[in-house]
Amino acid sequence: MDAKQFLGQLIDVPGVSGYEDKVSKLIMDAFEPYCDEVYRDTFYNVYGKKLGNKSGHGPKVMLAAHLDEIGLMVKDIDDKGFISFTNIGGVDQRILLSQEVYVHGKEKLFGVIGAKPPHLQERKEAQKAVPMKELAIDVGLPAAKVKELVSIGDLITFKSPLVELEGTNVCGKSIDDRAGVVVMYETMKELEKLVFSGEVYFVATAQEEVGTRGAIISTYKINPDIGIAIDVTHGDTPDAPKSDTHAMDKGPAIGVGPNMHPKLTKKLMDVAKENRIDYQVEVAPGLTGTDARSMQVSREGVPTVLIELPLRYMHTTVETLNMENVKKAAKLIALFIASMEEGWEECLTY
Amino acid sequence: MSDLLKRLTEARGVSGNEDEVRQLIIEEVTPLADEVHVDRMGSVIAYKKGTRSNKKVMLCAHMDEVGFIITRIDDNGMLKFATVGSIDPRILPSKRVRIGEKAIPGVLGIKAIHLQEPAERERAVKVDQMYIDIGAKNKEEAKKLVKLGDYAVFDSECLYFGDNKVKSKALDDRVGCLTLIEALKDRYPFDLYACFTVQEEVGLRGAKVAGYSIQPDMALVVEGTTCSDVPGVEPHKYSTRMGEGPAISIADLASYSNKKMVSLLIECAKNANIPYQIKESISGGNDAGEIQRAGEGAMTAVVSVPCRYIHSPSSVADLKDINNTIKLVQEFLKGCEAL
Repeated sequence: MDAKQFLGQLIDVPGVSGYEDKVSKLIMDAFEPYCDEVYRDTFYNVYGKKLGNKSGHGPKVMLAAHLDEIGLMVKDIDDKGFISFTNIGGVDQRILLSQEVYVHGKEKLFGVIGAKPPHLQERKEAQKAVPMKELAIDVGLPAAKVKELVSIGDLITFKSPLVELEGTNVCGKSIDDRAGVVVMYETMKELEKLVFSGEVYFVATAQEEVGTRGAIISTYKINPDIGIAIDVTHGDTPDAPKSDTHAMDKGPAIGVGPNMHPKLTKKLMDVAKENRIDYQVEVAPGLTGTDARSMQVSREGVPTVLIELPLRYMHTTVETLNMENVKKAAKLIALFIASMEEGWEECLTY
Repeated sequence: MSDLLKRLTEARGVSGNEDEVRQLIIEEVTPLADEVHVDRMGSVIAYKKGTRSNKKVMLCAHMDEVGFIITRIDDNGMLKFATVGSIDPRILPSKRVRIGEKAIPGVLGIKAIHLQEPAERERAVKVDQMYIDIGAKNKEEAKKLVKLGDYAVFDSECLYFGDNKVKSKALDDRVGCLTLIEALKDRYPFDLYACFTVQEEVGLRGAKVAGYSIQPDMALVVEGTTCSDVPGVEPHKYSTRMGEGPAISIADLASYSNKKMVSLLIECAKNANIPYQIKESISGGNDAGEIQRAGEGAMTAVVSVPCRYIHSPSSVADLKDINNTIKLVQEFLKGCEAL
């Protein structure tokens, strides 16, 4: 399966934070052919363990990309069967109007998010975003049927399949951070072409969007020598400040700042330069909003690096990604792991 | 029926650029009509000769839909656009579109919530703040795919869900087009002109010309109309109610319906046990406004399928309402010669 196909499958499977059962199963199946061992824990973190193909004392490396996605949750069902909802993870209420969704009740129900028609609104209302609490999902069923099939607390995911845009760009929902999971998948393939020692744990982490919770327990469990977090960062768009975004066609971004280990980060950049893989620099003055924040302070501390894929319109249903960056990131990570030769402990020092 | 409805709603046809849907309609009506012609505005007129009288009855549904037109290609490869027809800008963020003849995919993005000030999240996004991203690196690359004046439509699959419901773009007024195609399957005592008009959404312009050239004795307009039986609206402000049958208009901002025609519609519904409702609001207008005043004037009436979330990529209608509208129009045609 190629990277794009895998991403297309991944974004179609629901996995709102805390409810990642289905997507974690899909990931287990995909990891299986490329790993020595695949398992998951009670949090739905998926672990793929890959042993080095060379003897020696290579490091224990843990990669982390989160498999959970933002979504919505049923709050109430009114007398006519309309479903009101709240958000799980950061959802911009302005993207919700006219959005298509699946309500995961006793059955998977298709629905659309509607609101009162514009001609019935006050003039002033048109200037304002429709608040989430005034929106409702219409599943096209009578109220009694809705109440039979749907319960308060049921999950809701967006419906937005992967669409190919110009060049190597694709768009869809939940590419944050299913694209990171695809990077891990591609890294496994790249590693098969390389020689490395030690062991690599590919961890698809749960509950990142609600506080990197999957990374907290999985890093504790693995206790790695080196942590590599893979997530997304903001791609450049006309409506976003240039200083907060990255170009879509200049490679993945490497994180720099207190959350990342300086020497290890320098080594990562050196590997990129030696292999002519272009990269950008993401400066994070404090904690990053990624699994790296928790990996770094697990147990006695884990030297961690961060690799990010520029993504436009993050947390919407039209998140846009350049697939080239997935390939580049995977190649870079695999070469980085293979570069950990005898004496690798040196780059974890200060 | 559901297959034809899918093909009709998925066909592209923004006002002024109805080529794709027009072609589909021509293909569908050619085997059913005695004569099919496209007028100077681009409307399709399917003529079916009557068996005995020379009375002219016009059925009218508009084939165009709301959408977008590309107004500028920026240096960064992003496309600026204007809306064609009335679209609430608030539905636009995070939607997919198809642009131009080749249906190039594009997205209406919005910067991430992480990059917004809290106050921004409360404000509606305006059309001039938005742009379409087709994934082009720069202007040159974008220009290979898109040119100024290209039209864009919502990218939305027609699908059936819930309890006999359909979700699609352009239900307004492909449900009307479907009704006309069904009506063309019969022959009537009078001459029937089934008119699939263009440019309704930008001011009833196709109907003005078609009404003039046909000069019908009476015209029945079949529409997809707003349905507001949704949360946040008080019941007395409902214009129509989904699932309660075709909505018969008494009056709207563009026309008053002919009383005899309205009475006949109600009588037909009652006699044939077809549920119906009276449209309870007078907002909006449709092709009847122009047909009524074309040439020396004509009697007109309007029957509509209630459509929730109209003018959006995900408008919703009840298949029972669509079927009952088709039936009511057929019953009406059986009895209208006497008027």
